[in-house]
Amino acid sequence: MEALYILVPLSVVLVGLALWVFFGAADSGQFDDLEGPAYRVLQDDDR
Amino acid sequence: MSAVVEQAARAAAAARQAQGCFHCGLPIPAGSCWQATIEGGVQPMCCPGCAAAAQAIVDGGCADYYATRTAYAAQADLDAARAPELDLVDGAGMDGEGSFSVEGIRCAACVWLIERQLLRVPGVLDASLNLATERLYVRWDQGECRPSSILRTLRTIGYSAYPYDARRHGEQLERARKKLFRQLFVAGLSMMQVMMYAMPVYLAGDGAMDAGMTALMQWASLFLTLPALLYSAQPFFVGAWRDIRRGAPGMDVPVALGIGAAFGGSLAALLSGEGDVYFDSVTMFVFLLLGSRYLELGARRKAAGALERLQQGLPASALRLRGDPLARDAELIAASMLEVDDLVLVKAGQAAPADGVIVEGETEVDLALLTGESRTQRRTAGDAVPGGAVNAAQAIVLRVTSTANDSTLAMLVRLVERAGQGKPALALWADRVALWFVLALLGLTVIAYLAWLQVDPGRAWEVAISVLVVSCPCALSLATPTALAAATDRLLRRGVLVVQPHTLETFDRATHIVFDKTGTLTYGRPLVRQTVAVGQLSGAECLRIAAALEADNPHPLASAIRDAADGARHAKRVRSTVGLGVEGWVDGRGYRLGSAAWVAGVAGGVARAAVPAGTTPVWLGSADGWLARFDLADGLRLEAADVVQRLRAAGKTVVLLSGDEQQAAQAVAAQLGISTAIGGKLPDEKLAFVRRLQQEGAVVAMVGDGINDAAVLRGADVSFAMGRGAELAQLHADGVLMGDDLAPLADALDTARRTLSVIRQNLAWAVVYNLAAIPAAAAGLLNPWMAGIGMAASSALVVLNALRLRRDR
Repeated sequence: MEALYILVPLSVVLVGLALWVFFGAADSGQFDDLEGPAYRVLQDDDR
Repeated sequence: MSAVVEQAARAAAAARQAQGCFHCGLPIPAGSCWQATIEGGVQPMCCPGCAAAAQAIVDGGCADYYATRTAYAAQADLDAARAPELDLVDGAGMDGEGSFSVEGIRCAACVWLIERQLLRVPGVLDASLNLATERLYVRWDQGECRPSSILRTLRTIGYSAYPYDARRHGEQLERARKKLFRQLFVAGLSMMQVMMYAMPVYLAGDGAMDAGMTALMQWASLFLTLPALLYSAQPFFVGAWRDIRRGAPGMDVPVALGIGAAFGGSLAALLSGEGDVYFDSVTMFVFLLLGSRYLELGARRKAAGALERLQQGLPASALRLRGDPLARDAELIAASMLEVDDLVLVKAGQAAPADGVIVEGETEVDLALLTGESRTQRRTAGDAVPGGAVNAAQAIVLRVTSTANDSTLAMLVRLVERAGQGKPALALWADRVALWFVLALLGLTVIAYLAWLQVDPGRAWEVAISVLVVSCPCALSLATPTALAAATDRLLRRGVLVVQPHTLETFDRATHIVFDKTGTLTYGRPLVRQTVAVGQLSGAECLRIAAALEADNPHPLASAIRDAADGARHAKRVRSTVGLGVEGWVDGRGYRLGSAAWVAGVAGGVARAAVPAGTTPVWLGSADGWLARFDLADGLRLEAADVVQRLRAAGKTVVLLSGDEQQAAQAVAAQLGISTAIGGKLPDEKLAFVRRLQQEGAVVAMVGDGINDAAVLRGADVSFAMGRGAELAQLHADGVLMGDDLAPLADALDTARRTLSVIRQNLAWAVVYNLAAIPAAAAGLLNPWMAGIGMAASSALVVLNALRLRRDR
């Protein structure tokens, strides 16, 4: 159980890291279009 | 043609009609025979616009679009690609790259189609479309390509687009949406993680976890609640502070109090070491409320975008007069190119492109959007007219006094901002109730605290916090906005733009639904109702010849004939004689098309056969004799009878109110099953009629399309304008039917009814839940986890119930 004294604070740090990654991704415009890219890969443009 | 063949042809036509247009899915008008060949099969089309768009798509090698699309395309407009205003964008100062707003995107296949078609345009280097914002970014080589050719290409395949202007396009809404998305994400992450720390404490039971471990979990929860509280919950605290300063508390105040109390109580409990913590409830509370806000903002942004596109399909333009104002020799230029002392012609229904003084003419102007004044004002020569004022009566000539073309822009911005803003009476009521609810709750919490101090001082604090958390006004504050946002979004997808917040509520309450006739129940333009072949040629062949003769004629009768023909031959040496008709040569033979007298001049003799009442006949003949007669009349919309039927079935009294003769109004009413038809009414008499109904206690919904309907649209309790109708009518209406289609009106009534019942269910649930939960909490029967789950389940139930509205039944 003592491991939790390390693991819980570690998880707090991990969440902080996740937030940092998320803000980076949002700033680079990854969430601007949440629908289009999913369909775009399905369209075959090789003809 | 033998009887058998004719019968087969009629059966095929009926089958086509049942199937609907292959391109846009709308029903195919009787007598239309447009079609396009797609992937080897001949597919029916409802109009020449759709046929041309489909052909352009196939010719561009993009027939795959039809195989991969998941929704029908928007109906294409044949004349759209020819609009001369499109050239104006070339002078708009875009060099080599630019963003465009695109209208008519229905599914993801559109993205592929648009990008591919554009890349085929010579000079286009790059094209990418954002499906979420419906915005297209294009890079092009200035030497080879101009912005107008990009817009034309899009219009050829059935999408209208125009240069994107951040100021006009609700850029602010878009920024707000992005920020809200981040706040929502942070709150969600924080909620999930805090829940992980809360779970063990809940599950362990009394005494199973040592104090150090519990404290560890609680401190970790506190740390992860901070981002949700300090970053994500900002909108609530900011809103509450603004409400309090204004002295008009809305829903943000109870929400902020709920969040603050639950967090403060938990923090105090953590620091003092006694009592329970509710960090999980705080984060869940923030997340759910933000989720609802996000839906709301999304619906508002879409509504604003749709309205803006509706108003700004073409660049703001002006008719500048060359030389003598009496000659009315006008050229079309961009409004931004106007200079002081230019003379501009403002036709009825148009907005003044800039501030100016009337030089000639006398009219009434509508300043509703500029000043909020609903009555039109009389202006004659010498009077000033502000830019953006809508000319409501007859054409005037203005001398431009300032080039403030921003005034027109300002009008549009205001219109867009108005869309989806404000709150309906029901939501305001919920706000007020929520406020009293919170005040009563705070009182109750104090009473419970004091009472428990007498009974069991150790539990007093715990009970007080549990009362606050279990009853947080979450469900109450989610009940209406989520349902309204879901309904607005759904209606927009069905082609109804809700502009005023009260629209759905009032429409549901409406007792009378009053229709204008021309342009609303009817198409408002002539259609070929019947082709009677009187010579050797078949009716279809006669139509092709007639269409060739009328190829370049802008007259409504001519375009009706073009629409009815399935393709045209090529005509040479076409001459038209005003008031009589046209003559020209097709395949080496001379033909005349027009009035009976005109055709008799070449065919000889007199026209036979009686013309049906209420139709305009157009004759075709050659030197060999009479060939055909086309009967043209304004046609009832195909869906009109069905819509009237559905409205009547919903218990509404349907009334037809027309400026046309009583007899014509009655004839249309009889065909549609409308019992009350009133004809021969001037605009102010229409308004008086509606006012009289209202005095008798009726709630009147009005549906109209024209300039003359503006006053009555504003006067009615709730009103809808046709999307193809006059802008002025749309400005005064509470909702706009965006397509050239009446059917969404019945959908709107259905949705309004369901929305209100969902709101009532939600409010009823919130009340019942609180009545049960608060006494239980005050009596000390609830553990913290019960309070948290109760709050979350109740909020989730309300949101899910509202989201049912988005689904099609």
